[in-house]
Amino acid sequence: MEKRYTVEVDDFERAGAASISLKELLQKLGLAPETVRRIAIGTYEGEINCLIHGGGGVVIADITPHVITVRIEDHGPGIPDVEKAMQEGWSTASEEIRAKGFGAGMGLPNMKKVSDTFRIETEVGKGTTVIMGFSCV
Amino acid sequence: MITLKQAAEALNAQVACGEKLMGREVRMACGSDMMSDVLAYAKNKAVLLTGLLNIQVVRTADVSDIAAIVFVRDKHPETEVLLAAQNKDIPVLYTKCTMFEACGRLYALGLRGCTAKDAENR
Repeated sequence: MEKRYTVEVDDFERAGAASISLKELLQKLGLAPETVRRIAIGTYEGEINCLIHGGGGVVIADITPHVITVRIEDHGPGIPDVEKAMQEGWSTASEEIRAKGFGAGMGLPNMKKVSDTFRIETEVGKGTTVIMGFSCV
Repeated sequence: MITLKQAAEALNAQVACGEKLMGREVRMACGSDMMSDVLAYAKNKAVLLTGLLNIQVVRTADVSDIAAIVFVRDKHPETEVLLAAQNKDIPVLYTKCTMFEACGRLYALGLRGCTAKDAENR
């Protein structure tokens, strides 16, 4: 089963809506609560990144009985230095975003922490795709 | 482990929603205005104490399986935020305590922080 959710540009009020819809779906499918929690946190972090850095994009969840893959794609500026972006506390978020409770530089490291497999595909000027895999067993 | 009712009493808090869920048990707490940190460190069955009032507080609490939200410094969010919490069965408390005072009172009741280092020091 594939589910697609659109992340609108600068729609901070709606940020997280995709993660919460996905969480509700996974709960209905009967996944273990801790797995649902990991997926929801990873997806939410991705959604926020997509919104504040990527200028919006799409969240695609591929759901099978054993593995759930969440892809978060944007067509934003790309990440020039992935190693730096993976460091806890390193962020390029604006003061405005920080005042809203985000941009602490924890997003990407936390997405890696909660997922079983983690990959970033990025190209400066073209965009970024983060792919997280979650084992359900 | 304490109940939300005990936490509310210690904080002299008003229950804004989730009155029926005051028997819920909690063992940890996380005090932060940075939702990024909450997402990275908070465990389920934790209470979230914050002074941030936007809708993302409820979304963060929802995805992190937070047991309850405490708004400190007598801050009250918009009705829309409260309704979102109610809809997700996340109790909301209002306390006049500052963040430091609120955390101190809950620590004195036996709640601890959420990280592995906090657990090691127990």
